[in-house]
Amino acid sequence: MNPITLLSRGLVYLALGIAAFVSVFPFYWMVVGATNTSNDINIGKATFGSSLSQNVTNFFAQVDVPLVFYNSAKLAILGTVFTLIVSSLAGYGFEIFRSRTRERIFAVLLLLLSIPFAAMMVPLFMLMARLGLMNTYAAIILPSVASIFIIFYFRQSTKAFPAELRDAARIDGLKEWQIFFYIYVPVMRSTYAAATIIIFMANWNAYLWPLLVIQTEEKKTITLVISSLASAYTPDFGVVMVGTVLATLPTILVFFFLQRRFVEGMLGSVK
Amino acid sequence: MSASRHTRSASLNGWAFIAPAMVLLGVFMAFPILWSLWMSFQTGKGMNFKFGGMANIVRLTKDPVFLHALTNTLTFLVVQVPIMLTLALLFAVALNDAKLRGRAFLRTAIFLPCVTSLVAYSILFKSMFAGDGVVNDALLAMHIISTPIPWLTEPFWAKIVIIMAITWRWTGYNMIFYLAALQNIDRSIYEAARIDGVPAWARFVHLTVPMLKPVILFTTVTSTIGTLQLFDEVNNITASGGNGGQPSDATLTLSLYIYNLTFKFMPNFGYASTVSYVIVVLVAVLSALQFWVARERRK
Repeated sequence: MNPITLLSRGLVYLALGIAAFVSVFPFYWMVVGATNTSNDINIGKATFGSSLSQNVTNFFAQVDVPLVFYNSAKLAILGTVFTLIVSSLAGYGFEIFRSRTRERIFAVLLLLLSIPFAAMMVPLFMLMARLGLMNTYAAIILPSVASIFIIFYFRQSTKAFPAELRDAARIDGLKEWQIFFYIYVPVMRSTYAAATIIIFMANWNAYLWPLLVIQTEEKKTITLVISSLASAYTPDFGVVMVGTVLATLPTILVFFFLQRRFVEGMLGSVK
Repeated sequence: MSASRHTRSASLNGWAFIAPAMVLLGVFMAFPILWSLWMSFQTGKGMNFKFGGMANIVRLTKDPVFLHALTNTLTFLVVQVPIMLTLALLFAVALNDAKLRGRAFLRTAIFLPCVTSLVAYSILFKSMFAGDGVVNDALLAMHIISTPIPWLTEPFWAKIVIIMAITWRWTGYNMIFYLAALQNIDRSIYEAARIDGVPAWARFVHLTVPMLKPVILFTTVTSTIGTLQLFDEVNNITASGGNGGQPSDATLTLSLYIYNLTFKFMPNFGYASTVSYVIVVLVAVLSALQFWVARERRK
């Protein structure tokens, strides 16, 4: 290897190394913070301390942890399941049963995709109030179940679903909904895994809309709770860090369990 | 089964599969969007509306807080999106090299920020960038600065923190799209160029970038939409839970202003809707501009 190649190799490793360090450091900071006092965090102490049990005790004293986690899990799981069903059905429908009218509808959907949430936030809030759904999880989940992004993603991925499989199933006399649930869903599990990661994270981490809809303490999710803990007049950062660790763990676990499927699914959708 | 019966049942099935999604999108998306458009022409506070014509639009031009929020949002957009996408593209190209060691580890590390919730990472950034915090400590220890930087209290530095925070959270996410697209490019093109003696930077500019143009366009449009809707970060890093974009509104964004207009002050739904349509118009104009720049030029 000549010196210039060696040098540029070194620079690439250096740049990627710095990027990886910067990417991972806040996670380290979060875990270390959970073991330190609020004062130590404020003065930038980046080594492990001995306040973990105190922080955990304080966190459990201030927050009804099982309830908050139950709320978050309920919201994220229901949201993910309904979004997967409704949006994958639509993506499959648009790709398999094409018609001119449906192509036009699909084009309109792609236009709607670029309309920001802020533009519907106020009327959506008033609509939920009139439907009597304020302070319910239905009000949080319903607007996101038909996700244009996920519909689009499933339509793109359906292009890779072998037509022979469908034809064989039709000859065997399966109905269209049976083909979908018994053949398409199992065959496309990579696509479902990738979509699960995206939707689960979006639901678990949702902030602005739940902040508007949820009005009582006993319905708050972990995301809302750590936000209000951190915005207190004098936040106890040690306690807040315990909260962020607990709030981040489920999404990290989902990511690592489904990671390989996730990359496969993403690659499949781009092809 | 006759041909016409077959197409009719296919058509019925087609509608049946998309029906649940269409009903939900109609009620919870199309209807609110149209309602919001109608409301943007109404004036009055609380629930007392009256038709105001252009009154809200005239008010926009004279509203210093709105102009401030608009300037901030566009500043974040113009500075942050190009930095983030350039980094994402460079990392993707570097990680696509099969000879690189530790690829899987580096890829996972750079993607990892995406798993954090916007609220959780905002809190982490807020504590890391505190006056006596770990970032200032590190910079002082390395003799890069001689006095601590007032990250969260000076308007200029508060903007920088927001830009760094968004870049941290979303670079890996965009990198994954580039990586996926790069894997579809035929390697023999690169081999041929390399054998012909085309240097690495020229291969990047003249081969990689043009072939990735559709994905670059996609990420540019989605990042633009995301940045124009910026809310969670400014609300949790610099506004300390919704006190209106402190320090002195340095990081107030359009979404935060809509939130304040609707849920903080005496609610003014009409004017809030007008501000929200400013975002819609910005998204439409910028997306059109981006498609126009990326269009296929016929020679």
